[in-house]
Amino acid sequence: MKNVLFTVVLSLALYTVSQAQDRGLEIAQAAEKADLGFKSSASNLKMVLKNKNGQVSERALEVRTLELVEDGDKSLIIFSSPKDVKGTSTLTFTHKNGPDDQWLYLPSIKRVKRISSNNKSGPFVGSEFAYEDLSSQEVEKYTYKFLREENNYLVVEQYPVDPKSGYTRRVVTYNKDAGYRIETIAFYDRKNALLKTLTYSGYKLYKNNFWRAAKLNMVNHQSKKETVLEFLNYDFDVNLTDDDFTQNALRRN
Amino acid sequence: MNAFKKIKNSANQFAINWARFVIKNKWYVFVSAVALTTVLGLQGVMKFDGDYHVFFSKSNPELEAFDALQEKYTKDDNVILVLSPKNKNVFTKENLTAIEELTTEAWNTPYSSRVDAITNFQYTRAEYDDLYVDDLSYDSANKTDSEIGAIRDVALNEPMLVSRIINPEGSVTAINITVNLPGEDSALEVPEVMNSIRKMTSEFQKNHPQFQIHISGMVPLTTAFFEASMKDMALTGIMLLIVILTTFILTRNFQSTLATLLVVLFSIVSTLGFVGIMGIKLTPPSSVFPTMILTLAVADSIHILITMLQKIRKDGMDRYGALIESMRLNFMPVFITSLTTVIGFLTMNFGDVPPFWDLGNIVAFGMTMAFLYSTTALPAVMAILPFKKVEKRDASGTSWFNFDSYLGLSSLVIRQPITVAVISLAIIGGLTYLSTKNSFNDEFINYFDKTVQFRSDTDYISDNLTGVYNVEYSIGSGESGGINNPEYLNKLNDFENWLYEQPEVIHVNAFSEVARRINKSMHSDDDAFYKIPDSREEAAQYLLLYELSLPFGLDLNNQINVDKSETRVTVTVKNLDSPSMIAFARRGEDWLRNNTPEYMHAIGVSPMLMFSKLGFRQADSMFTGNIIALVLISLVLMLALRNFKLGLLSLVPNVAPVLVGFGVWALYKAQINTGMVIVFGMTLGIIVDDTVHFMSKFLRARREYGHSPQRAVEYAFQTVGKALVTTTIVLLSGFAVLSTSSFALNSYMARITVVIIIAALIIDFLLLPALLILTSPIKKARKRYTSVLFYR
Repeated sequence: MKNVLFTVVLSLALYTVSQAQDRGLEIAQAAEKADLGFKSSASNLKMVLKNKNGQVSERALEVRTLELVEDGDKSLIIFSSPKDVKGTSTLTFTHKNGPDDQWLYLPSIKRVKRISSNNKSGPFVGSEFAYEDLSSQEVEKYTYKFLREENNYLVVEQYPVDPKSGYTRRVVTYNKDAGYRIETIAFYDRKNALLKTLTYSGYKLYKNNFWRAAKLNMVNHQSKKETVLEFLNYDFDVNLTDDDFTQNALRRN
Repeated sequence: MNAFKKIKNSANQFAINWARFVIKNKWYVFVSAVALTTVLGLQGVMKFDGDYHVFFSKSNPELEAFDALQEKYTKDDNVILVLSPKNKNVFTKENLTAIEELTTEAWNTPYSSRVDAITNFQYTRAEYDDLYVDDLSYDSANKTDSEIGAIRDVALNEPMLVSRIINPEGSVTAINITVNLPGEDSALEVPEVMNSIRKMTSEFQKNHPQFQIHISGMVPLTTAFFEASMKDMALTGIMLLIVILTTFILTRNFQSTLATLLVVLFSIVSTLGFVGIMGIKLTPPSSVFPTMILTLAVADSIHILITMLQKIRKDGMDRYGALIESMRLNFMPVFITSLTTVIGFLTMNFGDVPPFWDLGNIVAFGMTMAFLYSTTALPAVMAILPFKKVEKRDASGTSWFNFDSYLGLSSLVIRQPITVAVISLAIIGGLTYLSTKNSFNDEFINYFDKTVQFRSDTDYISDNLTGVYNVEYSIGSGESGGINNPEYLNKLNDFENWLYEQPEVIHVNAFSEVARRINKSMHSDDDAFYKIPDSREEAAQYLLLYELSLPFGLDLNNQINVDKSETRVTVTVKNLDSPSMIAFARRGEDWLRNNTPEYMHAIGVSPMLMFSKLGFRQADSMFTGNIIALVLISLVLMLALRNFKLGLLSLVPNVAPVLVGFGVWALYKAQINTGMVIVFGMTLGIIVDDTVHFMSKFLRARREYGHSPQRAVEYAFQTVGKALVTTTIVLLSGFAVLSTSSFALNSYMARITVVIIIAALIIDFLLLPALLILTSPIKKARKRYTSVLFYR
C-alpha cells in the first residue's frame, strides 16, 4: 500500500515536472510559429555601449535575415561604423542541432575567414550582448520549464543545451496576447547569479503579423555596463534568397 | 602673586570638594557610572572593514586614479590559486584534467566575472583560411601524450602565460579568479568569496592530493586584514591580565586592583559605545584601541591609588581622608596628562589615513572617559569597598625599587652635569642623524609577518611563479577607436619592449601583444607577421574577428575601454620596496613622456603604488599635526609650570625621545611604515607626563623650599622617580603586548613606541636634570609659589 502511494506521489510529481516542461516547450513553439512566414528581412541598427560612468560608444550595423524552416535561419551582419571596420561582415548559419557556422569577411585583406564557433558566449563587439543572445532563437537550443502565468504574460525558464553557453538558464517573459513576443529575458551566469536583463520595447506590428521591437536594452547587473540596440527600420519586402547568404555574397557587400 | 594664590586655592578647593562630593554620594556616583557605561555600551557595535581601500582617504589622488582605471576597464579584485603538482610537471593528463576541473568549479565562485587558467587560455591558431580560438586544453582527460606535449610547447612559449599563469619550468601553475564585488558590505561579501574558495580548494585537495595549493590575491588580502583586526583585538585579553597583575604588584591591595579593573572596563565599554554611535568600522590600525586605552587609562588610576595607599600606610590617615588628599594631589596632574594624551591622539586627524583618524578619535574619547571614571567611579568604589585599617609602616610598603639607585643617578648628574649633558646630547645627535637614514616602505604584503598564512602563501607565489605587485598604465590613443591605429600600436609595442628591458619587470600584459598575435594567426601563423598590422583597417578588423571568437568571461573588456580609445598595460614587478616602486612607476611615466605623443602619456597606478606613496603622504600631512601638537602641549606645559623658559627647555626632553626612537630604528630595521608616522604626536602626549612631573617637582624645590638647583634635582628624583618608573613600566607592558601583533602597522608602531618611552625616561633622568642645573641661575632663587597645578 505504502509503495503504491509512493508511486502515485512520485508519478504525480514527475507528471507535474514533465507537464511544466511540455508547457514551456509549447510556449516556445507557439512563439516560433507566430513568427513563421516572414521569409526575409533587413534592418539598420544603432548599437550604443555605455560603461558604469556613462561613457558612450556607438556602432552602426545592418542585419539581413533569411528564414529557413527545416534548419535555423541564416543571417548577415554588416558593420557600417566605426570607419575602420566599415564593410566587415559576418555570415551565420544557425543550426537547430550542433554548433552554428560562421564566417567573417575582412575588407582590409579582402578575405573571408571562418570563425571557430565553439565560442559564442563572448561579448559581441565589446557590447553586453553575447553572440548567443543575438543569434536566431531556435527552439531546439534549449530545454524548458514553464514557471507561471501573470495576466497575459507567460514566464518560461530555458536551459541552454550547448555546454559552452555562458548561462545556466534564462527566464523569458512572453506576451500571450501579442504573438508570443518576448518582453524581457533575465540571464543567469554559470554560478546561477543574475547577470543581465534584456528588455524589449517599442514593439510594432509589421505586415499585420510580425512583432518587432524598436529597442533592445541589455543591462549587465554585475559590471553595471549597458548596451542599447536600436532598430531604425525593418524591411520585410527585401525578398532575399539563399544566394544572398553565401561567402561570395559576403565579399560583395 | 595674590592672583596665583587664589587660583591655587580654588583649584585645591575644587579637587577637595569634588572628592568630598564623590565620597558623600558614593553609591549615586557608582550607579551613575554603571548606568552611563551601560547606556553607552548598549550602543556598542563592532564592525570590521578589511577592504584595503579603507587606508585611503576619499581625496587620495592615487586612489582616485586607480578607481578611475578600474571603472574604465573592469574592477579586478582577485583570488589567485597556485597549484604545484608533486611530480613537478603540470603537463600530464591527470594534472591537466584536475586543473580543468578546478577551473570549471572556479566559475562558481560568488561574484566571479572571469577565470584565467592554463587550460582555458584562448589559444589562437590558423588553419588554412580559418581562425581557431579555443581553450588550450579542453577535455584534457581524452588527450594523447603527443597532444599534451604540444600543449606544453604552446604554453611554455606563450608570453601571455609564462611568469603569469605558469612558471618557465612548467612545474607551477595558477588559476586566477577575478571577482567583481558589489562593494556594499565587504564584511559580508569577502567572507562569502573566501568560504567558497576554501571549500572548493579543500575539496580539490581531497580528490587530487598530488597538488599543493597556495592562495593569494586582493580578496585574501582583505581577509588577512579582517583577521589581523580580530587578532589584535584579542590582545585586549592579555593586556587585561597584565593590568590586573601590574596593579596588584604596585598596590599590593585587592580593593585597588578591583577598582582599577572597573575603571578600565568602564572606559572600554563606553568607548565601544562611541565606536557604535559613530558607526566606525574597525580596521587593523584602529582595532588596537582597547589595548591602548587599557594601557593609558590604568596610569590614571594607579597615580590616585598609590598616593591614597601611601597616605594610609605611611602617614596613617583614615580611608576617606587619604582619598581626599590623594584626589587633591592628583586631580590636576591626572587632568593635565589626560589632556596632553587626548591632544596627542587627536592630531592623528591631520593625517591622510582614515584608520588612524578612527584610532585617534576612539582613544581620545576613551581617555576622556578614563579621566572621568578615574575621578568619579574610582574614588566611589574605593569609598564603598571595605578597607582594613592598616598599621602605619615606616618604609613605603609598596616600594620594590631600590631607592638608592635614584640617589646614585641624581648624584651622578649633580656632580657631572656638563659631562652628562654633552654625552647625552652627542648620543641624541648621533641617533638623530641616523634617524634620517630610515626610508619608507609600505609593501603591504610585508604588513603581515611570516606566521600569517596569507604572507607565506604570497611569498611562495613570488618565489615560484610571478610577482605579486604591479603597476598599471591606461594609455590613450587620442581618438575613438584609435587603439587600432598602427602608429599607436607600434608606440605601445615599444613601451612593452622597454618595460621588458627593465630589471624589475617580470611580466607585461599589453594590447600590443594581442595585436601581434592575431596578425600572426591571420597570416597562417607565420612568425614573420608576429608584429603590429600595417594598416588601421587590418588591425580593427582582426580585432573584431578575434573578439567575436572569445568565450564568455574571457573577453578583452579588461584591457580595452568601450570606446576603443584606450588600453591598459599591466606590469608585474618583482617585490620592490616603496621608494623603488615609486621610482619604477615614474621611470615608466617618463619614458612615455619622452617617446610618445601627449595623448599616450599616463601615470602609473596600482594598490602597491597607493601604499608606497601612503607613508610619504601621511608624513607630509602629519607634519602640520605634529607641529600643532608640539605647540599645544608646550603651551599646556608652560601654563602648568608657570614658567616660559622651562616650557621651552621641555622641548628637548619631549622631542629628543622620538629622534632617539627613530635613530635606534635605523639600526634595527631602517624601514618605516605608515603606522609609525603617527608616533610623534601620540608619544608626545604620553611622554610629556614624565617631563611635567620632574620639572614641577624641581620648581617646587626651588621656589618653595629655596633649594639650589642640585638639591632641587635630588628632591625631584626622590619624589617622582618611582612614579615615573611605575607609569613607564605600565606603558611599556601595554605597547610590548601590541608589539607582538602579526600586523606590521601595529607592531612596528608599538615597537618604536617602546623605544621612545624608554628613551624618554632615560632622558628625563639624565639630560633633563643636567640641563636644569646648567640653565638655572647660580644665585639662590627667591621663595615663590610653585605651579598652581602640581602639589605632590
